[in-house]
Amino acid sequence: MPAPSTPFAFRKHLGWCLLLLGALWSAAAHALSPEDAWALAEGDNATRIEALNRLALSDSQRAHELIRALAREAVQVQGQQVLIVDNGRWIDAATGAAVDGTGAVAVMLNNRMRNALEQTLAVLDLFDPDPARQQAAAQRLRESQLTRPDPALAAQIERALLPPYGQRLVAPARLALEQAQAVVWLGSADATQRLAAAQVLAELAQPLVRNRLAEQLELEADPAVQQALRDAVASIDRTLALAEVVRQVFTGLSLGSILLLVALGLAITYGLLGVINMAHGELIMIGAYATFMVHVLFQQFLPGWFDWYLLAALPVAFLAAALVGALMERGVIRWLYGRPLETLLATWGISLILIQLVRSTFGAQNVAVVSPQWMSGGVEVMSGLTLPWNRIFIIAFAAAVVIGVALFIGRTRMGLFVRGVTQNRPMAACMGVNTARVDTLAFAFGSGIAGLAGVAVSQIGNVAPDLGQQYIIDSFMVVVLGGVGQLAGTVYAAMGLGVVNKFIEGWAGAVLAKIAVLVLIILIIQKRPQGLFALKGRTA
Amino acid sequence: MQRRTTLKAISAAAAASSVSALGASAAFANTAEPIRIGVLHSLSGTMAISETVLKDTVLMAVDEINGRGGVLGRRLEAVVVDPASNWPLFAERARQLLTQDRVAAVFGCWTSVSRKAVLPVFEELNGLLYYPVQYEGEEMSPNVFYTGAAPNQQAIPAVEYLLSPDGGSARRFVLLGTDYVYPRTTNRILRAFLRTRGVNDANIMEEYTPFGHSDYQTIIARIRQFAGQGVKTAVVSTINGDSNVPFYRELGNQGLRATDVPVVAFSVGEEELRGVDTRPLVGHLAAWNYFMSLQNPANTEFIRKWTAFARARNIAGHRERPLTNDPMEATYIGINMWRQAVEQARSIEVDRVRVAMRGQTFQAPSGFQVRMDDRNHHLHKPVFIGEVRADGQFNVVWRTRTTVRAQPWSPFIPGNDRRPETPQRTR
Amino acid sequence: MTDITRSDLYSLTVPSKPLFGRAGWSAFLSAALVVCVVVPVLNLWVPEGHALHLSDFMVGLLGKILTYAICALAIGMIWGQAGILSLGHGLFFALGGYVMGMYLMRQIGADGVYGSALPDFMVFLGWTEFPWFWALSHSFVATLLLVVLVPGGLAFLFGYLAFRSRITGVYFSIITQALTLAAMLLFFRNETGFGGNNGFTDFRRILGFPLASEEMRVILFAVSGITLLSFVLLARWLLLSKFGRVLHAIRDAESRVMFCGYNPLHYKLSIWVISAAMCGVAGALYVPQVGIINPSEMSPANSIEMAIWAAVGGRTSLIGPIVGAFAVNGAKSVLTVSFPEFWLFFLGALFIVVTLFMPNGLSGLVKQTWNRFRGVRA
Repeated sequence: MPAPSTPFAFRKHLGWCLLLLGALWSAAAHALSPEDAWALAEGDNATRIEALNRLALSDSQRAHELIRALAREAVQVQGQQVLIVDNGRWIDAATGAAVDGTGAVAVMLNNRMRNALEQTLAVLDLFDPDPARQQAAAQRLRESQLTRPDPALAAQIERALLPPYGQRLVAPARLALEQAQAVVWLGSADATQRLAAAQVLAELAQPLVRNRLAEQLELEADPAVQQALRDAVASIDRTLALAEVVRQVFTGLSLGSILLLVALGLAITYGLLGVINMAHGELIMIGAYATFMVHVLFQQFLPGWFDWYLLAALPVAFLAAALVGALMERGVIRWLYGRPLETLLATWGISLILIQLVRSTFGAQNVAVVSPQWMSGGVEVMSGLTLPWNRIFIIAFAAAVVIGVALFIGRTRMGLFVRGVTQNRPMAACMGVNTARVDTLAFAFGSGIAGLAGVAVSQIGNVAPDLGQQYIIDSFMVVVLGGVGQLAGTVYAAMGLGVVNKFIEGWAGAVLAKIAVLVLIILIIQKRPQGLFALKGRTA
Repeated sequence: MQRRTTLKAISAAAAASSVSALGASAAFANTAEPIRIGVLHSLSGTMAISETVLKDTVLMAVDEINGRGGVLGRRLEAVVVDPASNWPLFAERARQLLTQDRVAAVFGCWTSVSRKAVLPVFEELNGLLYYPVQYEGEEMSPNVFYTGAAPNQQAIPAVEYLLSPDGGSARRFVLLGTDYVYPRTTNRILRAFLRTRGVNDANIMEEYTPFGHSDYQTIIARIRQFAGQGVKTAVVSTINGDSNVPFYRELGNQGLRATDVPVVAFSVGEEELRGVDTRPLVGHLAAWNYFMSLQNPANTEFIRKWTAFARARNIAGHRERPLTNDPMEATYIGINMWRQAVEQARSIEVDRVRVAMRGQTFQAPSGFQVRMDDRNHHLHKPVFIGEVRADGQFNVVWRTRTTVRAQPWSPFIPGNDRRPETPQRTR
Repeated sequence: MTDITRSDLYSLTVPSKPLFGRAGWSAFLSAALVVCVVVPVLNLWVPEGHALHLSDFMVGLLGKILTYAICALAIGMIWGQAGILSLGHGLFFALGGYVMGMYLMRQIGADGVYGSALPDFMVFLGWTEFPWFWALSHSFVATLLLVVLVPGGLAFLFGYLAFRSRITGVYFSIITQALTLAAMLLFFRNETGFGGNNGFTDFRRILGFPLASEEMRVILFAVSGITLLSFVLLARWLLLSKFGRVLHAIRDAESRVMFCGYNPLHYKLSIWVISAAMCGVAGALYVPQVGIINPSEMSPANSIEMAIWAAVGGRTSLIGPIVGAFAVNGAKSVLTVSFPEFWLFFLGALFIVVTLFMPNGLSGLVKQTWNRFRGVRA
């Protein structure tokens, strides 16, 4: 059970807040005593929370400042003084005077304190001029009512919705408060209130709301209200089901986009040279480590531009991987032309060397690649469904890469040569195409794509020397399933595998999903040994 | 035939020359033969990420011991081998260390599989293994000294904290782990423990992911759903090493904050957080017997020594940002206790050292004086609960007042009450 | 397509010439002598400390490498002779190992940590009786049969489907990787009933005799050696017969073989199943010597290494793969000790050098130098 003081505190807080507003903040900001400040900053959690409630109830502006600073983790203690830190400057929390806090130690918070602070701020922020804060506060109150409906708090919420307070609320905050009110009205004796509550809550698609509505449905006697409740439950169910479908599709697309990125380069090199490059995973790893190096460079020398390091990392990773690929092709693979099975083994040897090289240079442990701000966090599209930004960007990135590759292969001169050599090497050579150069450049291009995949992978997973090993088998599967010669094959295979994997994972778990996908691939290959989208014709 | 004998000769020569002299620092007037100890940690393969640093910790301790005059007046020498995260190779290397190199003790292993693979070898050849990693218990061998935590020194206190008001008074639990023996046994113990605290099976969700799993979208969505039923929910994570980075990344990105659903992990320390942006993870928890952020003289000294060693040896990753963690501390305690036991027994013979190990104490970097139990080959260790800080270190939010005695045979598994209190020879 | 009649079968399997010449038989017999007499003497009778003493550790190591050599031989047969590169043979090796492991786990009896008839891992999973697939694991004879039948059966199923659809070349290799990966994931699951990540370990005895004794180690070594030699005879016999010639033809020009009226499916499937059974037997010999079996034996990387052994030694010759297995594993054992931080460099470089400069592997190199020495223009 959460701290017993909290629901009580809400009620009291809200009441006082309204009183305060009524008095139009007329009273001078009462001073905050150093003892009170100390009680909030140090001591065991129970007494601190008590102090917190006390200070929130007081009409001292300084106290509220201190509470907000504590929530920002910007409070330190020095000796017996409690200091608030702001941009490298310290002020005394009790007096407001500037002090030198160089020896100050940060005040400790734990989850319980943070929770209590959030709840207190929810009340203090309810009439904050910042609309985002208002909305967050109102939603916080609503969650509290959903978890444990408190009629006294409901009364205060009702008061807050009426003029003159109601006019200070922005629309989303108002809506949240109305929903909070509706939760309590569900259990009221008045049928019209219950009906209104059912209609209001139908818009709030959360599992907890649905449970409450269903519970009420069991006890309900009034037919009109029953119907409204049934409609509300059905509506919520529909929304939740839709959210589930959206989530499944999104996760499938996300996994598919990653599979696509890692397999695209392999599909190009295999289509062209007929060789499966076992060091492909290591090319991805090189791209990821290139991203790491750029990341470190930006951290040290260009901290102001840190958020854009990813854009700089793209060409670096591409070139690094392309260079290594070109070296591999020139140094080893071209001597094994026509012997695909040996190439497989030679590239396996190369992969061992690359892994050990990276391990010796960077160490065996993970290296930290921090995502830029614009890629962190997520966007809440429907209730309870948050789509992470990094995955959204990776899906878009994968699409961009596919389009780029398609344009390269379809519209450029080099792309024409690549197509020609893939379809009929001797003929292309007769037409004057330097097949050796085409081989090297195409292999480098495919490796560069793997490097780009490394950039994407570094944002969602580990960056460690054996990163390549995690993705290599998946790349193979996509290439084998999709067939070679057509980009579409790889795209469909990757997306299909991603969606099917996530779909099965939903009810069978991650392991069985993976196994099922592998078995599925084996069976599909029986039916279509050349893959789903193989080139047709005599040259294939 | 020619080839085999040549191979044999090469191997014999290699074995003889395999004594890598990486630890010599002080000159010894006494030219007696050095005492050899074995280091059996993976330096390549999937476990290299975690285990390489333990090899370096042993080497640092060897340097330190030699600088103070060695053991029994003889120099200490470390024989480092690489079992390459390959379990049969662990057994082979262990046999090699004990029979070819004739080491006095071996410091090694991390995963339970590796320990179980080498156990028969140590018991057959009467060797001595110091195992520094937290594990699932259910074992007590006369040839192993366990310096890592048993479940009652890590898992149980962590869950108790989650049940308490300070931990959020959780009443619903998600037991999420990697699919192998340590999470499975730990979760079995936790389930039984929770039942005694009134949390029934309907309020427990148990999930396992394979090794190396990296796509946690679905699992986190399910956790969200499970936690959205109005009762405070907490996650107990026994996800192993590698998968932790994508797990925490996804957790942060999907906005599952510690104030809503706290996650306590048993295999996530300072080293594992290296690869993650910890800002969205502030408030999530870990339970260990040591944190780098502990403030006490022994820890300050330990960190100073490690920093100097990492810089001097150019250890990748640690030369820029030295980190210490619980298994490193346990390794350090283990090798020091072994030295003390040898000095006390005036001999490196395993049977004498085993007896001398009983009751050994050491002022550990955790700030407590840890003690090797008189009977069950496990350490009495303190327990700390730490919350993740934005800089990747941990704030200690709870600690035991004294050290906790290990219970390798968990009382929550039926039949364990009939187990002997001391290790039994089973071969 | 031709139906294989009984007389066809006879003509198919008669070797075209004697299995070995004089030199061949003397080499074979010397090998048998070393395995059965020399090594046991050097280990058991020559006292420790003597220069010629062969330590227990070495006997164990050599025994392990012998089982690897059997796998390499199997790969040599399907790749070098029939042109099928399998990157999933580790699965059959592991399956044979698991079957033997199940028997050995039963043999632990009540000596395990929990003192129950069930293996330890079943006890802590909360199971009270053996699942159905453990039914025959108490009988040694049944185990021996299953060691051959289980990998063979799976190989038959997979091979039939694959060869019938005429999947060849790189695609085939990749789906063998898919097969072994799927199996590995399945076995890593604790619920599957094979000990999950811990696998089977802590073996005590086989056929009533303790496993950890010196004599048992030597016996297992000798049995491995004799099995290897028997398989060498088998391989030689198959390859000298018409069956072998058809295989070579399939390797070199499969379409032509079909036009000549042979159904390559039968031949490929037969050699595939035989090689899988060989690997299964190797696995069964491996497990008691190493003392543990765990799903990472099925990892895709392990299977690739088997192909590397065959490549390094020379896949087209008969004993080339065996040489390769010894060379690579010997190097590995030495390098992980002397250069623990850098041995992967050496290994990787070895693979590259061998595929680039020694397409016929070490045995090809030896033959080349021998011929040049004798002045024969090869």
